[in-house]
Amino acid sequence: MTALQLQALAPYLVLAGGIVLLLVLVAWLRSHVVAFAGSLAVLAAALVSVRLAVDAGDQSIDDLLRVDGYALFFLALFALAALATAVLSHRYLPSRARHRQEFYILLVIATLGAAVTASATNFPGFLLGLEVLSISLYAMIAYPEEGRPPLEAAAKYLVLSGAASSTMLFGMALIYLVTATLAFVEPGELVRNDRVILSLGQALLLAGVFFKLSLVPFHMWTPDVYQGAPAPVTGFVATVSKGAVFAVLLRYALDAGLLDADVLRTVVVVVAALSMVGGNLLALLQANLKRLLAYSSIAHVGYLLIALLVAAAPGVETGLGVEAALVYMAGYFLMTLAAFGVIAVLSSDPAPASESVLPGGSGDAEELSAYEGLLWKRPLLAAVLAVAALSLAGIPLTVGFIAKFYLVAAGVDGAVWVLVWALILGSAIGIYYYLRIVFALAKRPEGESTASSRVRWEGVATVAVLGATILALGVYPGPVVDFVRGLTGP
Amino acid sequence: MILAVILLLFVAGALAWASERLAGGNAPRLVSLLAFAIGLLWAVLEWRAGATVDGLYAQQFIEWIPRFGINVILELDGLSLLMVALTMFLGIVAVVSSWDEIETGKGFFQFNILWVMAGVVGVFTALDLFLFFFFWEVMLIPMYFLIAIWGHENKGYASMKFFLFTQISGLLMLLAILALVYFHYAASGELTFSYKKLLQANLGREVTVWLMLGFFAAFATKLPSVPLHTWLPDAHTQAPTAGSVILAGILLKTGAYGLIRFAVPLFPEASQDYAQWAMLLGAASILYGGAMAFSQSDFKRLVAYSSIAHMGFVLLGVYAFNEHGMQGAVVTMVAHGFSTAALFMMAGALQQRLHSRQMARMGGLWTHAPRMGAMTLFFVVASVGMPGLGNFVGEFLALLGAFQKNVPLAVAATAGIVVAAVYGLHLMQRSFQGAPNPDVAAMRDFGFREMSVMVLMMLGLVWVGVYPQSVLDLSADTIAALGVLP
Repeated sequence: MTALQLQALAPYLVLAGGIVLLLVLVAWLRSHVVAFAGSLAVLAAALVSVRLAVDAGDQSIDDLLRVDGYALFFLALFALAALATAVLSHRYLPSRARHRQEFYILLVIATLGAAVTASATNFPGFLLGLEVLSISLYAMIAYPEEGRPPLEAAAKYLVLSGAASSTMLFGMALIYLVTATLAFVEPGELVRNDRVILSLGQALLLAGVFFKLSLVPFHMWTPDVYQGAPAPVTGFVATVSKGAVFAVLLRYALDAGLLDADVLRTVVVVVAALSMVGGNLLALLQANLKRLLAYSSIAHVGYLLIALLVAAAPGVETGLGVEAALVYMAGYFLMTLAAFGVIAVLSSDPAPASESVLPGGSGDAEELSAYEGLLWKRPLLAAVLAVAALSLAGIPLTVGFIAKFYLVAAGVDGAVWVLVWALILGSAIGIYYYLRIVFALAKRPEGESTASSRVRWEGVATVAVLGATILALGVYPGPVVDFVRGLTGP
Repeated sequence: MILAVILLLFVAGALAWASERLAGGNAPRLVSLLAFAIGLLWAVLEWRAGATVDGLYAQQFIEWIPRFGINVILELDGLSLLMVALTMFLGIVAVVSSWDEIETGKGFFQFNILWVMAGVVGVFTALDLFLFFFFWEVMLIPMYFLIAIWGHENKGYASMKFFLFTQISGLLMLLAILALVYFHYAASGELTFSYKKLLQANLGREVTVWLMLGFFAAFATKLPSVPLHTWLPDAHTQAPTAGSVILAGILLKTGAYGLIRFAVPLFPEASQDYAQWAMLLGAASILYGGAMAFSQSDFKRLVAYSSIAHMGFVLLGVYAFNEHGMQGAVVTMVAHGFSTAALFMMAGALQQRLHSRQMARMGGLWTHAPRMGAMTLFFVVASVGMPGLGNFVGEFLALLGAFQKNVPLAVAATAGIVVAAVYGLHLMQRSFQGAPNPDVAAMRDFGFREMSVMVLMMLGLVWVGVYPQSVLDLSADTIAALGVLP
């Protein structure tokens, strides 16, 4: 291993070293604040060391990982999301768990797993990263000690996710059978039988990946897990876990020519269209904000598949597809984290049940009715949630619009008209339920407004920064566009 | 300078919201009023300063998203200037008309009014298709809030319907814009959203028809034209007074403006091919709007349907494809802005006083409130097209234009003027004249504040009616520059 490779690995090493350090720290000093501050420090150090890794240039580490701009972009996104999650959990956990220190360690482990997944260039790296991520997530989802919903969600996620992983493993085995390598490479000339086996393997792999991305028809687990999981963790699952899987899927599709086969292309088109329309239709019926956002996330990953199809279309050289995927991912991270962040802030420090303004099944403020009139009680939080909802709906002035614009531009460029129309249709349906959120927020309180539960400044500040970033990038997307273009350009 | 004015409205919106907490009282309203007054003053100054050789009063160019050839291109020509001035003026009317109507959340209320108007000014000046779409959508959310928060009994339904109609048609336009840009890119190798460059785009006949329809769908919904009009009666009726004034006075005009500025010049041949159909929709809107207006029992709803009829004249005029028709459309836009804003203000004032919009609860109100009666009479008469007032000039020119293109449609549309007289006088008769309604014991008349804006709108209508040349001169250069008329 050369010095440059080490330098490129810096953020990963910081995260891994940080985990060990945190373990020792927690064993020595069981303090919530110390564990919290320690995790923040580790994540921040990882972010800083990204700079180092960038200077090292594109580095391949023993065919296991490739640390390039693409991988580091995702790593930075994951670390930022983890930072936000840590801050939001800081006030969320105390009322729900007695031993809170390990949560932060799990968070950093999950981040490392996601980062490894996103930089994997072969199946072992892929699987290793993904399982490190998933196993930490099971524990994080089940973290609250009281109440059934988190446990139920974690059990459901564990069983189904395990099934998906084994499907993927079987797919990888079949692919290995044909290509005789675990690296992401394009197969050479194949005889007919081999082609069939390869396609079968790739189809199984895709099925597992679609499950992790919760695309229709592999989406059944999503609403339950989103609802049962603690709000900050839900935000983390919705962003980091999906981001990591999408990142590796796109990398595999680009490197191994996954979508060269017409069959698989058709499958992806159908799944994408189903997810966009189905996710949005199902979200229409929800009265629970977490479930609503779960269905909306199904639709959003469906939109993202447009970028995948354009980027991985055979014979396409323009980076517009990859660029659109990265921009969309950044936007999706911001708005999803902002939305779940507001839920988390409002669910932190719940007052005793009788006084609680925002009651909810799992102790979270998740019923839409609980948000009625929030604009008049807590203008800032309500404004952030409204901005996030409008951004998810793709209304201008928000980054969601720019991101969707990118996707449509990519779709028009790649001539995937079916999906462009599905996106338009999905967005049209989506407006209805996103506006329901906004309408509920803006509802004028009927009587005297009740005393609201306490909210803490760190949480409010975090979501406010997210909301402001959504708006800022919506009005002036130049920096992000240039940055992403720098990563994907020639 | 244009961008500065738009930003002024945005910033004033934030200020108005903040001022509720900091200063309270009338501060939000005063901030709003001041912003619109500055905007109006700016428009008048630009007008006095005169145009440059290429017919522009002001222009601005700032690089925005070079990746996609998107720039902030703002230009103020005669038509834009006219519409911007109208926007600023109606902003003042909207603030004044809601002066004592809105008490809860007045800071946020003014915020929304200012942001709608900022979007509208952007729409009237943007000459980059992306920027145009951006502003087009910026208008929506605050308008949605105005209806959804301060609307009347059925506000949830009305605001949602308004939003869905405009947003979905807007998505079609976005798709058309992207396709247009992409086809232009494929043909010329230049990725640009600039209106002036896209005007040169040379696309196949087949494609342009679809693109034209995408634009047309958005503008015909906003206008609105039959059969895309159903959001309008609900939205206008449920909106608070200021919301109705803005909706009818200026938001509908963005649809008309879009047709004149974008739909027709970008796709001249396709528009020519379908002109007869568009004119048919216009004539249908005139007759349908008139018939529906006549059958309403709700004061505000009646005025709302009459707007559909008036906008039918705009559609008719634009697709007549001659100078008369186009000019008629422009004058109708301005005159309708005054007359309908005044009538909606009246409807709001009546509702505030009687707590009802039903004309059955009115009758003989003139005895209680002669000033309101006189004002209503004036604007009803203007609205039905009395010669000497603005609406007459606009409708006459639109019909004149249509007559040269399609005689049967022009004749049918002319019948719409008769219908207008029927519902207009019906409205007057049932509300202010006839036997006094015994349920109404007393009613506060208009005070100085209301009367002053009413008089200003009266003067505006008389001005346009007696000396329409001043308006025609302003828009003539723009219309000639579109390059679509024979």
